[in-house]
Amino acid sequence: MSTFIQQLINGISLGAIYSLIALGYTMVYGVLKLINFAHGDVYMVGAFMGYYLANGLGARGAQMLGMDSDGVVARGLLGGGAMEPSLITALVVMLLAMAICAALGVVIERLAYRPVRKYSRLTALITAIGVSLLLENGGQVVFGADPKFFPELFTKQNIDLGGGVSVNSSDIVVLVIAVALMVVLQFIVYQTKTGKAMRAVSFNLTSAKLMGINTDRIIAFTFALGSALAAAAGVLVAIRIPRIDPLMGILVGLKAFVAAVLGGIGNIPGAMLGGLLIGITETLVVGYLSPTYKDAVAFAILILVLLFRPSGLLGSVAQEKV
Amino acid sequence: MLTLENISVSYGAIRALKGVSMHVEQGEVVTLIGANGAGKTTTLRSITGLLAPTEGRILFEGAEISGKPTHQLVARGISMSPEGRGVFANLTVRENLQMGAYLKKNKAEINRDLERGFRMFPRLKERESQKAGTLSGGEQQMLAMARALMSRPRLLLLDEPSLGLAPLVVHTIFEAIDEIRGEGTTILLVEQNAHAALKHSDRAYVLETGRIVMEGASKELAADPRIKEAYLGE
Ligand SMILES: Nc1ncnc2c1ncn2[C@@H]1O[C@H](COP(=O)(O)OP(=O)(O)OP(=O)(O)O)[C@@H](O)[C@H]1O
Ligand SMILES: [Mg+2]
Repeated sequence: MSTFIQQLINGISLGAIYSLIALGYTMVYGVLKLINFAHGDVYMVGAFMGYYLANGLGARGAQMLGMDSDGVVARGLLGGGAMEPSLITALVVMLLAMAICAALGVVIERLAYRPVRKYSRLTALITAIGVSLLLENGGQVVFGADPKFFPELFTKQNIDLGGGVSVNSSDIVVLVIAVALMVVLQFIVYQTKTGKAMRAVSFNLTSAKLMGINTDRIIAFTFALGSALAAAAGVLVAIRIPRIDPLMGILVGLKAFVAAVLGGIGNIPGAMLGGLLIGITETLVVGYLSPTYKDAVAFAILILVLLFRPSGLLGSVAQEKV
Repeated sequence: MLTLENISVSYGAIRALKGVSMHVEQGEVVTLIGANGAGKTTTLRSITGLLAPTEGRILFEGAEISGKPTHQLVARGISMSPEGRGVFANLTVRENLQMGAYLKKNKAEINRDLERGFRMFPRLKERESQKAGTLSGGEQQMLAMARALMSRPRLLLLDEPSLGLAPLVVHTIFEAIDEIRGEGTTILLVEQNAHAALKHSDRAYVLETGRIVMEGASKELAADPRIKEAYLGE
């Protein structure tokens, strides 16, 4: 029983990360009816931004940017000794990585998707695959193809919950941060004027325009929001398992996409739920069946969803979508 | 107030408008009638910036607006109740109306406009917290009109507000049109119900396959034998 609870906590923590990424797929789908295949790679870029922010660009990187190698950014928050490993450091690194990826998301939308918006959806889909390949290969060139090891942002420890259950503090931190981000997102989407506009755009683009909504700006904002969450997921994942590489976004991106479909693509609570379910199932399968099936779980779920409930768990019940 | 100078619009290879010129003056109700596929909706969509004309100019209050994005035109005082109504099905009636006031900041003013919409269409008041998708066609049309008024437009475009509605509801809609014009809002009305449209407007244009083929005072057009035969079924 104690192992089960431990596995469950692991699964929820992993699932919360999938949820964060799935939210980006679902929100962009909501406003553009586009599956943004590059989204998983934005998550990868987020992890690398976190890595460089924490570790520093190194002497060569600093020279390339023409910066004083003593500069805080050039040396990194930890590498330059500007900050000690702590929760605050983790938060600062995460927030900065989020800001960078939000900008990246806006640039991708502006340069790649907006110009093809007037053409067919297939054109947009192919463009998305192109952006994805660009980020993956560009990542290998810029970051190097070999895996990097993320520094410890805060000191991890095992917490004894009693009854033989002990969890790693990183799982708790990841979970708490992910939930906090989702609460903030929920607030933005349902309580702010911009969130209202996002929902209007997802319901009916033409009507949204006729209300006086600057739909281009709302679409860009949606990309910023989704990409920031993906970057947060990238940093959080590295807190759990500190090995990152330029192709890390492919599989995780696909799993998060499955999570979005499972919850009902376009549906925000659905993406949160879908991510959790995939994370929990995956962890339990690895724990009780065999680690061999780790990556097959999500795709088995995808096939089942497509067969039995193509609209996803929350897709047709609550039609609320963004 | 609004001038279309020789505008042409194409959908790919299809030329939907072939040099349309028309004008609407301050305080007028002008109607645009024509058969299915004549280009009426296309005309309204170009005025609201949802489509860009390939030729010609559109002027609103003296300034050229062709090619300007829709949200800027709404800010300038143009509003439209679109063909098919375009209500936000997942939002309540009240939320739909609030969406219409998206560019307005003054809460008190928004609430006053909401009440005005409810006075114009009491049916909407009864269904205030109902999802718009569950409204009847007539109620959705009322909602689309009331929502278009929430931005306090100086020019209101209505695309077939009476389409598919029962006679009694059609009557309500045209009464509302009279009321809106009474408040000083200029209206460009697209209709297939030529009889009612001519009765409730000052001037009219007749559109046939992308060209204006007749224009004049609504009273005169209503008496014209060609109109009687083609559009009034007499
Ligand atoms: N999105 C589109 N793509 C291609 N052709 C279109 C499109 N929209 C309209 N058309 C064509 O343009 C012409 C004018 O259409 P429009 O919708 O303006 O007509 P309408 O006068 O509003 O007709 P109705 O009374 O049926 O609403 C038609 O021949 C129509 O087939
Ligand atoms: Mg039409």
